[in-house]
Amino acid sequence: MEISVIVFPGSNCDRDVAVSLKQVFKRNPKMVWHKEQTLPKSDLIVLPGGFSYGDYLRCGSMAANSPIMSEIIKCGKSGTFIIGICNGFQILTETNLLPGTLIRNKDLSFICKNLPLKVENSKSRFTHKYSANEIIEIPVAHNEGNYFADQKTINNIEDKDLVAFRYCNKDGIVNDETNPNGSKNNIAGIINEQGNILGMMPHPERASDKVAGLIDGEKFFISILESIQ
Amino acid sequence: MKALVKIMPKKGVLDPQGKAIEKSLNQLGFSQINSVIQGKLIEIEIDSINENDAQKIVEDASKQLLANLVIEDYEITITKDE
Repeated sequence: MEISVIVFPGSNCDRDVAVSLKQVFKRNPKMVWHKEQTLPKSDLIVLPGGFSYGDYLRCGSMAANSPIMSEIIKCGKSGTFIIGICNGFQILTETNLLPGTLIRNKDLSFICKNLPLKVENSKSRFTHKYSANEIIEIPVAHNEGNYFADQKTINNIEDKDLVAFRYCNKDGIVNDETNPNGSKNNIAGIINEQGNILGMMPHPERASDKVAGLIDGEKFFISILESIQ
Repeated sequence: MKALVKIMPKKGVLDPQGKAIEKSLNQLGFSQINSVIQGKLIEIEIDSINENDAQKIVEDASKQLLANLVIEDYEITITKDE
């Protein structure tokens, strides 16, 4: 099984996610610089968190046009697993591999804390190790995490059960008060219709090691491992 | 030739920056100001033989990179060099 982690100028969670991947997949991912024209054979492609290109113009907009991205778009369309975490999610929306976009948090402040999430879809290839409606705790760290799409797109996402995670409180209540950033329908992570691409703002790689405190992200990586095998 | 691309949030898209500026202005005493929307203005120089070509080039650039059509509208103004 081969994994590629794409490294952009300004990525800063690339090595964290590599550690989490190694713990679960028992092998080192390849770190692929964004200027590469060809991608090594990959069963899983990871777009890590960070501030690619200093978030210039719009978060993820420059990275979405990096040389490696045309290969990634091709792979994504032909069914390769892709995950985008935080800035990686922003990049996936900018490439149109995922619908919608991420805009500035509604109260304009950078949010950096551990938040409860409700596993909304526990049948996907990314989340099947979680139980239905499980409440997990995963850190978020973002300034532009406010998920936005037009109503038609939101309806489509909801009708087809493509919401992976929603922001909630520890009792699993999903409402405006438990919405940290203004995201439509408290959306924290979504899956594409084909079911092979997931984007999420929270950081499962920061919750995958007991030493670091939280462990709820581990099942995310194990789900992917089992789906690929 | 020069092009100015004005990029503004679409109607109905939350514009927290505009709202924050509006609040600040109100606090400063500009009580008549009742709406602020923040966008971007991008100035571009293009090698192009005519205005139509320039318009087309900037149109493509706007769609591919400068604006995100999920949340933004753009407007292009072309001016000839003096």
